[in-house]
Amino acid sequence: MSLGTATATDVLVSTDWVKQHLGDATIRVVEVDVDTAAYDQGHVPGSLGWNWTTELCDTLVRDIIPQKKFEELMSKSGIGNDTTVVLYGDNNNWFAAWAFWQMKVYGHRDVRIMNGGRKKWVAEGRELETAVPSIAPASYKASAADLSIRAFLPEVQDAVKQKSAVLIDVRGPQEFTGEILSPPGLPETCQRGGHIPGAKNIPWAKACNDDGTFKTADELKQLYGAAGATADKDVIAYCRIGERSSHTWFVLKHLLGYPNVKNYDGSWTEWGNLVGAQVEKP
Amino acid sequence: MNAEGYTRREQELSGWSIWLETYRLGDQYFCTISTVDPGARVARAEGPTREDAERIALEKASRWLGQTRRFTVNP
Repeated sequence: MSLGTATATDVLVSTDWVKQHLGDATIRVVEVDVDTAAYDQGHVPGSLGWNWTTELCDTLVRDIIPQKKFEELMSKSGIGNDTTVVLYGDNNNWFAAWAFWQMKVYGHRDVRIMNGGRKKWVAEGRELETAVPSIAPASYKASAADLSIRAFLPEVQDAVKQKSAVLIDVRGPQEFTGEILSPPGLPETCQRGGHIPGAKNIPWAKACNDDGTFKTADELKQLYGAAGATADKDVIAYCRIGERSSHTWFVLKHLLGYPNVKNYDGSWTEWGNLVGAQVEKP
Repeated sequence: MNAEGYTRREQELSGWSIWLETYRLGDQYFCTISTVDPGARVARAEGPTREDAERIALEKASRWLGQTRRFTVNP
């Protein structure tokens, strides 16, 4: 890939690559959108669609998808432990990255993102189909959850107190300052606006070009390095519910190869509702 | 089918910068509106013409964006 990093070649594929591999039985292409109806409008031929609101979470407890449910999702999607999974979606692969992060939590070896996502595929005038493919189920066994890439509240509180990690708030600047409590047009989901004390604001989408593809490794290093997020530091990314920050986590962990990056998926819906939690403004 | 006539433009709506993305698939036009920053989808619509799809999406988006409260940021 154009990023020119060793890790990037393992996790990013181009729209051309996907086109060339349509029908390859060892590869499963899956669309994950913010807009859960987008898949039905037309999708990459042969691809499946996952609904992040029902299939990539625990629908009873606030949590990521439980291991058993994850295994069921993979199995019914025809994904075995050795399947290459290519994820793509709308909004610069926002929720594709959320799915990617969860697949890595459960140890899937070969998962990749289609660079540019749905936007690039559509903009290039490529084929779309509306039929949902018939998939032969597979058998899938997940690994125990890898919590080295997930941060929970106590760890974040400790990082704030000890200044032991670089906190990156990847929400928009107006969410960061507390001018608004959620992205414009979306329901407010917190009691207080602002950000976690000491966090730096680097909106997630700054990692992407206009066509949805990721910026070059040099550009990304410059972007995050300017805020003090370098490879030698522990980094924790957060947003509102953990999905935008999974995009930034993907960039830092897999495109830049930072060893210690975590996604705090509790994010602002946890911190901004927590009784007694310190909030910094602007 | 192939997506045809993809366009993307930025404009202001209810005080927010938005992206308007439209394309044709078969005999329908699809329009999606998202905020420029942070890139959240606000509305989606389809119609028999580009103008119809964009008009319906803009109406929906205007309603949603108009509900966004802005707070004074205290130092």
